[in-house]
Amino acid sequence: MEWEVVIGLEIHAQLATKSKIFSGASTAYGAEPNTQACTVDLGLPGVLPVLNHEAVQMAIKFGLATNSAVAPRSIFARKNYFYPDLPKGYQISQMDLPIVGEGKLDIRLEDGSVKTVGITRAHLEEDAGKSLHEDFQGMTGIDLNRAGTPLLEIVSEPDMRSAKEAVAYMKKIHSIVTYIDICDGNMQEGSFRCDANVSVRPKGQEELGTRSELKNLNSFRFVERAINLEVQRQIEIIEDGGKVVQETRLYDADKNETRSMRSKEEANDYRYFPDPDLLPVEIDQETIEAVRATLPELPDAKQQRFTSEFGLSDYDAEVLTSSRQMADYFETVVKASGGEAKLSANWVSGDLTGSLNKDSKDIDESPVSAAMLGGMIKRIADNTISGKIAKQVFEAMWQGEGDADAVIESKGLKQVTDSGAIEKIVDEIIANNQAQVEQYRSGKDKVFGFFVGQVMKASQGKANPAQVNQMLKEKLKG
Amino acid sequence: MHNKTLSELSAALKAGEFSSTELTQRYLSRIAEFDSQINAYITVSEKQALAAARAADVQIAAGTAGPLTGIPLAQKDIFCTQGVKTSCGSKMLDNFISPYNATVIEHFNQAGSVMLGKTNMDEFAMGSSNETSFYGAVKNPWNTDKVPGGSSGGSAAAVAARLAPASTGTDTGGSIRQPASLCGITGLKPTYGRVSRYGMIAFASSLDQAGPMTRTAEDAALMLNCMAGFDQRDSTSVEREVPDYTANLSDSLEGLTIGLPKEYFGEGLDASVGKAVEDAIAEYKKLGATVKEISLPNTHLAVPTYYVVAPAECSSNLSRFDGVRFGYRCDDPVDLEDLYKRSRGEGFGSEVKRRIMIGAYALSAGYYDAYYIKAQQMRQLISDDFKRAFEEVDVIMGPTAPETAFGIGDKSDDPITMYLSDIYTIAANLAGLPGMSVPAGFVNDMPVGLQIIGNYFDEARLLNVAHRYQQVTDWHQRAPAQFK
Repeated sequence: MEWEVVIGLEIHAQLATKSKIFSGASTAYGAEPNTQACTVDLGLPGVLPVLNHEAVQMAIKFGLATNSAVAPRSIFARKNYFYPDLPKGYQISQMDLPIVGEGKLDIRLEDGSVKTVGITRAHLEEDAGKSLHEDFQGMTGIDLNRAGTPLLEIVSEPDMRSAKEAVAYMKKIHSIVTYIDICDGNMQEGSFRCDANVSVRPKGQEELGTRSELKNLNSFRFVERAINLEVQRQIEIIEDGGKVVQETRLYDADKNETRSMRSKEEANDYRYFPDPDLLPVEIDQETIEAVRATLPELPDAKQQRFTSEFGLSDYDAEVLTSSRQMADYFETVVKASGGEAKLSANWVSGDLTGSLNKDSKDIDESPVSAAMLGGMIKRIADNTISGKIAKQVFEAMWQGEGDADAVIESKGLKQVTDSGAIEKIVDEIIANNQAQVEQYRSGKDKVFGFFVGQVMKASQGKANPAQVNQMLKEKLKG
Repeated sequence: MHNKTLSELSAALKAGEFSSTELTQRYLSRIAEFDSQINAYITVSEKQALAAARAADVQIAAGTAGPLTGIPLAQKDIFCTQGVKTSCGSKMLDNFISPYNATVIEHFNQAGSVMLGKTNMDEFAMGSSNETSFYGAVKNPWNTDKVPGGSSGGSAAAVAARLAPASTGTDTGGSIRQPASLCGITGLKPTYGRVSRYGMIAFASSLDQAGPMTRTAEDAALMLNCMAGFDQRDSTSVEREVPDYTANLSDSLEGLTIGLPKEYFGEGLDASVGKAVEDAIAEYKKLGATVKEISLPNTHLAVPTYYVVAPAECSSNLSRFDGVRFGYRCDDPVDLEDLYKRSRGEGFGSEVKRRIMIGAYALSAGYYDAYYIKAQQMRQLISDDFKRAFEEVDVIMGPTAPETAFGIGDKSDDPITMYLSDIYTIAANLAGLPGMSVPAGFVNDMPVGLQIIGNYFDEARLLNVAHRYQQVTDWHQRAPAQFK
C-alpha cells in the first residue's frame, strides 16, 4: 500500500529580549545555575508577573513577517501541571486568544517547486527551568535561569508531506525569525527547537491517521531523522495489523530512536484558564504600523531582488539569502568587488562557506571580512590575479596575513601580463619539449594542455592564462 | 495611651507626649499580657519593632515625621515581610521567611510606621471564622467563646483588644469587612486595583484586595493614604491618582442618596442585626441623606459564583507550594510524586484542600464551561446589578454579616453554612467595588456592622459617609471590658 505522511510542527523560538517575559531578570545564556532567577522566576509566595512589552513587539513582528493576523486582543492563560522545574506549578501561556492568528508561508521544495504551508497560530509563553539529572547522585538539580524566558510557539497546519518538507518549513521559519531579529536561532543552546506531530494514512484517504508527537528535536538533521524513523515505525505497526496509539515520544539522538514518554491517557489535564494576574494584551493599528516600519527586507523579497538585480540563479539566490548575515555579507562583497555579482556569489557560497564550515565558524566570525573578499574579487576582475592564484590569496587572508593587495604584493602573486615575459617562458618550454611539439603538430591536440601546464608551472601560476593560451596556439602552429 | 486612635497617637507623638519607643513598648507588653487570651498574633517582631520605633523617634525629633511615623501596626500574616516569618496561617509556610517585602509593607516602612508583628488568619485566607489557621483559632475579644470572623480575624481582634491601634487585612469575599463587623471595628476593602497585591500571598487573584482595619474611619483614611497607589509590579493595580482620603471626611451628607437592596434584608438575616442596621439608616436620615429601596436581583448568585471563581484561582495559585523550593517538605519522599502528594497533603489543612479540589474540578476538561465560564457570566450579571444601582444611588447600605459572631466550633463541620456568613460581602469582591464595615450597635453584647458599598474608586465618599456617622455615634469607641 502507498502511504501518505502528514506532519505538523510546533516550533519554539526563544525571543531575544534582554529580560524575561514576566520579570526583570536577564535572559543571557550560560550563567551559573540559579543566578538569573529573581523572586518572580522562583515563584515565591506573593510575586506577580509583569509583561515584557519587548516580547509583544517581537510577536507582532513575526505576525507581520509571515502575513499572519495580529490579534487586537489576546490573553494569557495558565497551563497547570506539576514539575520541579516549573516553579509556579503552572506555565503562563496563551490558549483561546493567541497574539498571532492564521498565516501562510511559502517554502521551496527540492525539485524547485513552491509549496504553501499554513500557520495556525503563534503564541507567547514562558519557558520552564531545567532539571539536571547528572552530577547529583540519586537526586535532581533544578536550574531556574531559563524559567521565564520568552518563547514564541509557532504552530503549523498539518500541511507537510515528508520529513524534507518539514525541514524546509523549519528552515524557512528559522530564517525569518533571525532576519527580523527576534531570535538568535541558536539550536544548540535550544533557542530554536521543535516538536513534530506525525501520522500516516493510506494515500487518498481523507481522514487523518492517529498521530504521535515527537519531542526534543533541536537540529534540522534530528527533525528529518526522527520523522523518518517515526513514519517507518507507524507504517510497520499498521502493516503488521496493529494500531498506532496517540502518544508523546522522545527522540534520542545518541541512539537515533524514538521512545514513548506518555500516552494520551496519561496526558495531563492542564486546566487552562485566563491568568487573573495579567491584563489582556491590546494591540492597536498604530502599534502594528510602527512595528511594520521596523521590518527589514524579508528572505523572499531579498531572494527575488538577488535574482533580478544580480542576475543570480534561483538556487544561488536562495543559498545567499538563507540568513540575513550571509545576504548582508554577500551584498558587501558585491559592492567592494565593483559589482562582480556572479563571481562574488561563487566565492561566498563556495570557498568562504567551505572554510567557515571547516573551522566551524559563523559568517560574522569570518577572518575574511566581506570588504576583504570583495577587494580580492576586484583583483580577479581586473586581471591582477587569476582565479587559481586567488585561492592562494584567500587562504593567506584566512590565515590573517592581510588584505588581498597586501598578500599579492608580499607573495609576489601579481599576474604576469607582460607579453614579452610570457613569450620568453613559452619559447623556453617549446625549445625544451620538442618531442611533444612533434606530437602536437602531428594532430595530437591533447598535448596542448601539457604546454599550458608547463608554462603556468614555470611562471608559478602567475602568467595570465588567456595570454598563455593564445601565444602557445600561435607558436605551436610552427 | 492604647485607647487612643491612630490619629490621636499621631498627634501625641508629634507633640512629644510620649515617644514611639514608649508607645511600641506599651503595645508589646499588652500583647505579652493579653494575646494568650485571643491568639491574634502568629509572630511578634519585638526586636524589629523597637528598632523601627527608635528610628521613628529620630525622625519625629528631626521634625520630618509623617502621619504614620512611629505608629505601631499589626500586619496580616499574608503580607511578605523581609526577615520575618510569613506563614499565611499555614503549616505549609511555617518555616518561610520572606526574602522580600510586599509593596504594602514597603509603603508602611517608608512612612516610618512600626510593625508589631504578624496577625493570625484563616489558612491562606480561606475561612470566615479564623478557625482554619494552623496556629489555632483566634478568639473574639468581646466574648472569647466566639469567633472573630475571618479571614483577617487576628487583625480584627488585635485592634478590638487594643493590641494594635490599627492593622491591615485582605478581603477576597469579605475577609476585612466580616471580621471588622464581628469585632466591632472599622474595616475598608478598597476597589480592586487600588492597593498593590505584590507580595500579598494570593488566594484568588481577581478578588483579593488589601485594606485597613482600624477603630475609626478617619484612621482608615490615614492608612489608605499610605497603602493605595499604582505599583508597576502588579499589572492589575490601577494607574490612578491617590487623593488625600482625609480631605473630605467631614463633608455634609445633605443630599446623599442611600440605596437599600431589598435582597439584603430578607430571609437569613438575624432580626436584631436587621434592627441595628435600620437604626443606623435612621441616623443617616437625620444627617440629611435620603433612602431608596433598590434591587440587586442577582444577589442569590453571589455565593455560588464565588465558590467556583475563588477555588478555581486558588487551585492554581497554591500549586507553587510543592515542597520543592520553600515551605513544608515531607520527610523522606520516595519519589517525586510522593514528595508532591505528602508535602501538600501534610502541609495544607482540610479547608484549603477542599477548595483546591473544588477549583481543580471546576477547571477540568469537560466541566470548565459548565462551571468556570458560567461563573464568569454570573459575575458579569452581579456587576451589572451594581452598575444599574449606582445610576440611582450614591452608596449602598446593608448588614455586613447576617448575624453577630457565632460560637467557636459551631459551623466548622458545615462548610455551606460557614460560606453563607459572607453572603452580603462577596458581591462587592465579584464586582470589584469598595466596601466598608462600620460599628453600628450591639446584639446580646456582640457588635453589629453596617456595610457601606460604594462605586468604583469612591473610597473617599465611603470614608466620609462612615466618618459622619461616627461623629454622631459612639459604637466605634467601645472596647471589650477585659481589654480596656
